Amino acid sequence: MPSLPAVVIPNFTAGGGGACESQNHLFCIDWVRRNWSGVLAPALGQHVVLTLIAVGIGFVLALGMALAAYRLTWLERPFGIGTAVLYTIPSLALFEILAPFFGPTRTTAEIALVGYTLLILFRNILTGLREVPAEVRDTARGMGMSPRQSLFRVELPLALPAIMAGLRIATVTVISLATVAAYICNQGLGAPIFTAINENVFKTELICAGGLAIMLAIVADLLLVGAQRLLTPWARSR
Amino acid sequence: MNNLIGALHFIGRDGVNQPGEPTLVHLALKHLEIAGAAMLVACLISLPLGVWLGHLRRFSFLAINVANIGRALPELAVIAIGVAVIGLGFWNVLVALVVLAVPPMLTTAYVGVAGVDADVVDAARGMGMRELEILRAVELPLALPIIFAGIRIAAVFVIATATITSLAGYSGTLGDIIANQASYRVSGVLGAAICVAGLALATDGAFALLQRALTPRGLRLDRRRRLPQAGLPVPAPD
Repeated sequence: MPSLPAVVIPNFTAGGGGACESQNHLFCIDWVRRNWSGVLAPALGQHVVLTLIAVGIGFVLALGMALAAYRLTWLERPFGIGTAVLYTIPSLALFEILAPFFGPTRTTAEIALVGYTLLILFRNILTGLREVPAEVRDTARGMGMSPRQSLFRVELPLALPAIMAGLRIATVTVISLATVAAYICNQGLGAPIFTAINENVFKTELICAGGLAIMLAIVADLLLVGAQRLLTPWARSR
Repeated sequence: MNNLIGALHFIGRDGVNQPGEPTLVHLALKHLEIAGAAMLVACLISLPLGVWLGHLRRFSFLAINVANIGRALPELAVIAIGVAVIGLGFWNVLVALVVLAVPPMLTTAYVGVAGVDADVVDAARGMGMRELEILRAVELPLALPIIFAGIRIAAVFVIATATITSLAGYSGTLGDIIANQASYRVSGVLGAAICVAGLALATDGAFALLQRALTPRGLRLDRRRRLPQAGLPVPAPD
């Protein structure tokens, strides 16, 4: 455990930082300028990639599971219980339990992150599909649509608000958990946070990396709200 | 499978591999201590505010959006910024956990009270009840199940999140074992994760009992009454 050092002796002056950095002030803009392209920007990029892969794979899996459970009702319980159990495992523990199998790699992180998206996405997609009014489904059949046409042209579009809400929660959750994933795979915005804690609690780096993670989460949330409004114009009046 | 058996042995040994290590019971109590302190502060902030705003049935924009932004906050990032501003230790962790616990409770308190049937409130006002009486005798009892749903979500969330505080230099929770795979190995990590999950479930159960005890008998008997679930935030894994 890193514990509070009795005397703070910074070791990051080698990079040419001024008094601000050697005295570990709250925020040193010079450090940010020098390390933006080398430390912060790559970490931000890795974080975005980690999140996109996890949400992408999670969405495909959850959509398949939800469609299966939509047709075969008995599948809902096992899928629901399985994803809920995955969801309750503390993230740090799940990363460490998977690490022996896949090594300290991005694969380990992605498997755990995908696991956490499943519960949210599965539940939201299935709920969205279930809430399509029976009359609408009957009308689609009455118009001569095949079950497949009805699914893709009527039921899934009507379930879109619930699906987008699930995507929003899942994305924000993954952005949050991906910071913890850096403990295993040293990627993403968690990596500079852990580096800073180990380097005598270097404040500027903590604030930058933490602030970027928070901004990324809020921006992603806003982007998905915007996408939701664009995709479901009929629900806009609410 | 071997790891699972190892984990159960680890729990059976009370988490001690070598003499002198802290026991699981000790760590669990410290875990509950920090989580309990954070929940107490968060309740004192969020419940009066949420209930009062709900009673006024105004500022829903504030109450709902605080929760949306709060849900988007990555825990490790909040803790990292807390470490930079406040420093390592109990207070930083407390503040970070409070920041994370307030939004779900604020929203549910608001949604619960604002969602009480307006006709019931009008009837109470027509009977000559004063505003505080309406709040205490009509709105709070009816909103209790939803308010408690928020408290339970926040409590489970805080207990799970307290594990990752070990990564930010606060030692004394069950996260110490989970963050220290090198000496506790996978079986120990898994054992501690099971304990965290057990602690979360037990806390949830304790609040459920408290909720039952506080619910007026007339409402308790009406088992078939379905509670509105809309607007309840989904708990995030830590």
